[in-house]
Amino acid sequence: MLAKRIIPCLDIKDGRTVKGVNFVGLQNVGDPVELGRKYADEGADELVYLDISATVEGRKTFGELVARIAREIDIPFTVGGGISTAADAGALLLAGADKVTVNSAAVRRPELIDEIAGRYGRQFIVVAIDARMDETGRWVVKTHGGRQPSEHELFSWAREAQERGAGEILFTSMNHDGTKSGYPCETFARLASELSIPVIASGGAGTVEHIAEVLTAGRADAALAASIFHYGEIPIPVLKRALNERKISVRI
Amino acid sequence: MVTIIDYGTGNLRSVINAFERLGTDYLLTSDPVAIQKAERVLLPGVGEAATAMAQLRDKGLTDLLRHLKCPVLGICLGMQLLCAYSEEGETECLGVFPNRVRWFPADAGVKVPHVGWNSIHDLKSPLYKDIKEGEYVYYVHSYAAEINECTAAATDYGGWFSGSLYKDNFYGCQFHPEKSGAVGGRILANFLTL
Repeated sequence: MLAKRIIPCLDIKDGRTVKGVNFVGLQNVGDPVELGRKYADEGADELVYLDISATVEGRKTFGELVARIAREIDIPFTVGGGISTAADAGALLLAGADKVTVNSAAVRRPELIDEIAGRYGRQFIVVAIDARMDETGRWVVKTHGGRQPSEHELFSWAREAQERGAGEILFTSMNHDGTKSGYPCETFARLASELSIPVIASGGAGTVEHIAEVLTAGRADAALAASIFHYGEIPIPVLKRALNERKISVRI
Repeated sequence: MVTIIDYGTGNLRSVINAFERLGTDYLLTSDPVAIQKAERVLLPGVGEAATAMAQLRDKGLTDLLRHLKCPVLGICLGMQLLCAYSEEGETECLGVFPNRVRWFPADAGVKVPHVGWNSIHDLKSPLYKDIKEGEYVYYVHSYAAEINECTAAATDYGGWFSGSLYKDNFYGCQFHPEKSGAVGGRILANFLTL
């Protein structure tokens, strides 16, 4: 039976992990490869590395980092941040990335999805969508880290992304992100019913119960989180055992 | 020493990295003379079946590969190429395994491609020495081979299919051992002892 996936997300700036971490016994917690290996050893099913460097130098460092991750990590990993052409994605594939994730660039120019999927296969492209529900109940797709509104609405944009060749959808609710109050499970369930590709839930997890809910009632295929793992609030082995006890299929 | 067949399809980086982690020497080649002399052969594959078969034919490797006597491991598309036929591009394949490779059945009610960690059962062959029943491995594929007498591992995804095949000196993994954590590393290490 296919397992539900647990995916830690690491933000990278100039080749270093940005968010604070407080793991015991790790000498160099700023090193993305060491942190990734730690998560892999603990039972993470995949890793996501997002480059948030603002400079050309920083981006170059990220490319070198991807090659090093591929050499040392033996589980699949996705990379994103600043991919705006199929050539950008191709360079990351050659460096050893298993998947790329695109967000704002695909909203700006949706053909990017067709181009990456056409050249490298749909299993290679994850379309990340940030959206915020407005007062009228409409989910407005945002770009630039959730700061800028776009003309797209969540469900139609997700369907369009799938039709253009997205292999997975990674959805973050800007209403819930950072609140640790749980996911909008009804919205996730509707996404699952409207799409035929896997949905990854992101943003809002504060407890094991939140993650269990989005994987069951929310019908998500995977849950992605950052701070609960980085700050050791919910260690991955604890999370997986708890999900297993709730009869959710996970790899242990 | 592993001889990795380089026939110009897909990205070989992941399998190379896996063998480097295991500390094994490897040779990337499409040279028939080198392949004939190989101690063991890895047939990788990411891409489309008909295109990959055309490339093997162009390089004059099809007869050579199906008659190899050393241990041969096909991974993902590489395993499918060792089967008799693939519906992906409607192509005859190498015919080592009698299987016909098909798209996941539309009535199975599952998402295609099959992406993620799934469990392997009914393990047979030395490839799975010290691997427990029900261990999880990483899959990414849209076409699958049916269960038959060559099945070395079975996986359930809207129905059972061959997650792995074996016959004589030939082995195949539909999943990616190079991306399957410690379990995958053990499977590759087992291949290196054959």
